[in-house]
Amino acid sequence: MTVSLQIDGKEVKAKEGTTVLEAAKEAGIDIPALCYHQKLAPYGACRICSVEVERKGKVQVVASCGFPVEEGLVVRTRSKRIDRIRKVLIELMALDTMVDGEVAGEIKKLAKEYGADIHRFESRFRTTPTRCILCGQCVRYCDEVVGEHAIGFVGRGIERRVVFFPEKARVCLTCQACFNLCPTGKIPSETDFVVFDGFSLDDYLSGAS
Amino acid sequence: MSEVQNKEAAKVSRTVTRTVGAYQGDQDMLIQILLDLQSKFGWLSREILGEVSGQLDVPVTRVYQIASYYKAFSLMPRGRHIVKICMGTACQVRGSPQLLSRISAMLDLKPCETSEDMRFTLDTVNCLGCCAMGPVLVVDDAYHSKPSTPDLKKIFKTAK
Amino acid sequence: MDEKRLSSADELEELRKEVLSKRDPAKPIVTVCTGTACQIYGSLDVYQEFIDEVRKQGLEASVAEAKATGCHGFCEQGPVVVIFPQEICYVRVKAEDVSEIVGTTLAKGEVIERLFYEDPVTGEKIARDPDIPFYKHQMRIVFGSNRHIDPRHIDDYIAFGGYAALSKALLQMTPKQVLEEVKKSNLRGRGGGGFPTGTKWETTRDAPGEPKYVIVNCDEGDPGAYMDRSLMEGNPHAVLEGLIIGAYATGSHEGFIYVRQEYPIAYQNTVQSIEQAHEYGLLGQNILGSGFDFQVKVHRGAGAFVSGESSALMSAIEGKAGEPKMKYVHTAVSGIKGSPSCLNNVETWANVPLIIGKGAGWFNSIGTKESKGTKIFSLVGKVNNTGLVEVPMGMTLRELIYDIGGGIPHGRKFKAVQTGGPSGGVIPEQHLDTPIDFDELTKLGSMMGSGGTVVMDEDTCMVDTARYFITFCCEESCGKCIPCREGLRMLREILTDICEGRGEEGDIEAIEDIAQVMQDASLCALGTTAANPALSTLKYFRDEYEAHIKEKRCPAKACKSLTSYYIDPEKCTACMICFRNCPTEAIHGSKNMVHWIEQEKCIKCNTCFEVCPPRFSAVRRISGEPLPPPPAPGTKPVRDKKG
Repeated sequence: MTVSLQIDGKEVKAKEGTTVLEAAKEAGIDIPALCYHQKLAPYGACRICSVEVERKGKVQVVASCGFPVEEGLVVRTRSKRIDRIRKVLIELMALDTMVDGEVAGEIKKLAKEYGADIHRFESRFRTTPTRCILCGQCVRYCDEVVGEHAIGFVGRGIERRVVFFPEKARVCLTCQACFNLCPTGKIPSETDFVVFDGFSLDDYLSGAS
Repeated sequence: MSEVQNKEAAKVSRTVTRTVGAYQGDQDMLIQILLDLQSKFGWLSREILGEVSGQLDVPVTRVYQIASYYKAFSLMPRGRHIVKICMGTACQVRGSPQLLSRISAMLDLKPCETSEDMRFTLDTVNCLGCCAMGPVLVVDDAYHSKPSTPDLKKIFKTAK
Repeated sequence: MDEKRLSSADELEELRKEVLSKRDPAKPIVTVCTGTACQIYGSLDVYQEFIDEVRKQGLEASVAEAKATGCHGFCEQGPVVVIFPQEICYVRVKAEDVSEIVGTTLAKGEVIERLFYEDPVTGEKIARDPDIPFYKHQMRIVFGSNRHIDPRHIDDYIAFGGYAALSKALLQMTPKQVLEEVKKSNLRGRGGGGFPTGTKWETTRDAPGEPKYVIVNCDEGDPGAYMDRSLMEGNPHAVLEGLIIGAYATGSHEGFIYVRQEYPIAYQNTVQSIEQAHEYGLLGQNILGSGFDFQVKVHRGAGAFVSGESSALMSAIEGKAGEPKMKYVHTAVSGIKGSPSCLNNVETWANVPLIIGKGAGWFNSIGTKESKGTKIFSLVGKVNNTGLVEVPMGMTLRELIYDIGGGIPHGRKFKAVQTGGPSGGVIPEQHLDTPIDFDELTKLGSMMGSGGTVVMDEDTCMVDTARYFITFCCEESCGKCIPCREGLRMLREILTDICEGRGEEGDIEAIEDIAQVMQDASLCALGTTAANPALSTLKYFRDEYEAHIKEKRCPAKACKSLTSYYIDPEKCTACMICFRNCPTEAIHGSKNMVHWIEQEKCIKCNTCFEVCPPRFSAVRRISGEPLPPPPAPGTKPVRDKKG
């Protein structure tokens, strides 16, 4: 079944069950996202893809990567509210991902686009940056697509980390699928299959991670 | 592996088998299984979690994700006596941070730390539901309400 | 085993009559509260003493056997003992008191005044349970049964009328009729969301797909709230009965009860109640001969507040890490393993048998227009009568805190009442006449929440309160989404800095900015509501924030970094009490020398302030002013010890 909705004033048709992000993409409207991957189940961690949706006069902010299209839905991918959300999210996540006072890649692009001051909260960031935004693309790709379960999440909250499981190192050596997915570049720059450089389960358990 | 290590490994394997068996090897019961093993061993070692992964046919990443996510599990060996202070709102308002300061000073430990002699592990817990008795201290399942400094000295002295 | 099976409404009724017939209503019966808190006070020993003493004094023929019940709610006064039929209430009962109670009250019908509850304001000693103000103003339709029931014996529950509502539902009503009745009652979720229960059931029922599940959420995590624990411990059958009725209405044949692992007694009693219900044919196949099948499993939590969020809880039931998922399709439609799953709170389920038994009309007669029925609150903090109370919706906060709670102890002044746990807010004095109602509390910037009601006085710092809740959420956040994880990290740093004297211009605006983004963009309700305590305290107590930031002063004199302890040499009588109680030996002095505090060793634990006898009140807390110098060595006390 097809539904009709409106995205940024444009009339869009999409199959029932499609997400707003995908429907927008098909209609040529690009919504930024850091944890989305077309082969992976929607995860909703980065919240950068947040958009305003309006139905029956009520407006809500939702993650477009997970929100299913609906007949008559009105979507706004940019607004004062949405732009503020993306700006502050970048300001918050920049702290963990800065290398020598700079951010790179997609995060750098977004910082520029949304006028984010990546140094805004610097004085209150009192821990060692992990260079990871916990988008989970690596973990989820390994689980859902590759099926090797060689990399996973440990811990909770601000102690949550992504670690490699050394038992699986041989598989990773030849696979390296997650290397290109990492939005901050941590995986390709910090992965050494002998030592894992502060990134493995052993390092986490010994408190070094 | 040495003989002692072999024996240990066998014990772990047997205990895990028994525990997994008690839940009919149901993967949905992973958390329940880990709770029972935490209770039996006092902590969850690499060996124990590896056995669980193998016997339940669940990726070791998932076992570790769960074991490291929940407060009930310890991935490190713990002290002989677990000292828990309730930090729930009611206890907070009745002075649990001050109680924590006192105990922290007396045992020279910060929360989640275990003393070098493995005698005490200090921990905080979020609301035991005994709010009328706040602030509440639990030492090895024994509850103490509003302990005074002399009370504390006595409690810690008798816990060998 | 099968001989116990009840296969019809008549058999259930016969069993009830049989149990009652063995009881002589004229025989006094002693009930001892054995809820977790009273157990810590030694109530199990008290209970055992009663059994032994009655035998020792040869009174078995004239006195019914003592009963260990669940929580009565009067936790400040435990162990609580109530003797029926006169309802004589003895408080703070020790095992040593029992032989006197048996010899005096049970044997001779005479009362022991020293064991009565004493009103802290009037000094009046009150003999009967229903006359005690704490109980008098309550309406204990759900919680009241706790006093009469030993949760480990299903017969007690049945004697009290238990499972009659289930019988009515299964044998006299269709699932649709049951659902309609719950809808008509306007019951709203008691776990915090306040969502209409009937609507949730209907969504589950109408959702395509099998199997369907019903779930009891006993992952009560709001710190300071323990209503669900006491219900699950004290009357698990009421919750179970409600669950089975709900299963019937929604078309579910499998259910789960998720209990926090920090509640071992509730877990044990739940497991036992399920076993006993099975024996009686009230669970399993062909319940009461109705043809309806239902099974239930119990899952323990493992110490994660966020696992109480419905999608996280369902993940945990699937054996996965209890972290929330995007819920644009409600869990009532797609929950456990993608199947329709109806999750409700313990107290919500416990209301169901009452609604089916007495009718939606009766339920609607209690409460306000939008909030029907009663609510159980845990009234805790700076209040005289700490405990669990059940009141009709519509009672005011003032009545709750003063008439039932007995006001603020030690003559301190009320400052605010915090409701809704980490998702809620503070309500100051000027709003104390607000009726308790889902929507009224939300309008004030707080919420009903699960029922945790923390009373705060002039010694409670509002900035520290915000810091406390933000820190709690920061530690409990699953860490999956950025606004919650990083937002809370930063809010925690800012609030801690403010409390420790490092607040800066612009901090309040930063808090508000981050809070707004968290509210808008977080994945689950932990994230979207975590900033509420900060926003609420800013709304009503902005002046406290400004004092901390601009003057480095804590008006409540609670923030350690901004407060110093000082012993006034003019008032100190060298009584040595604070000296003995100081955990770091920071206090110097002797019997004839005025005491003084060595500031470098002082950890601001507040002990000296608390233990200094009120008639001396020699310990001062100073904030935002320079500290006076210590007295000259050898200074003698001005007054003598008799004051």
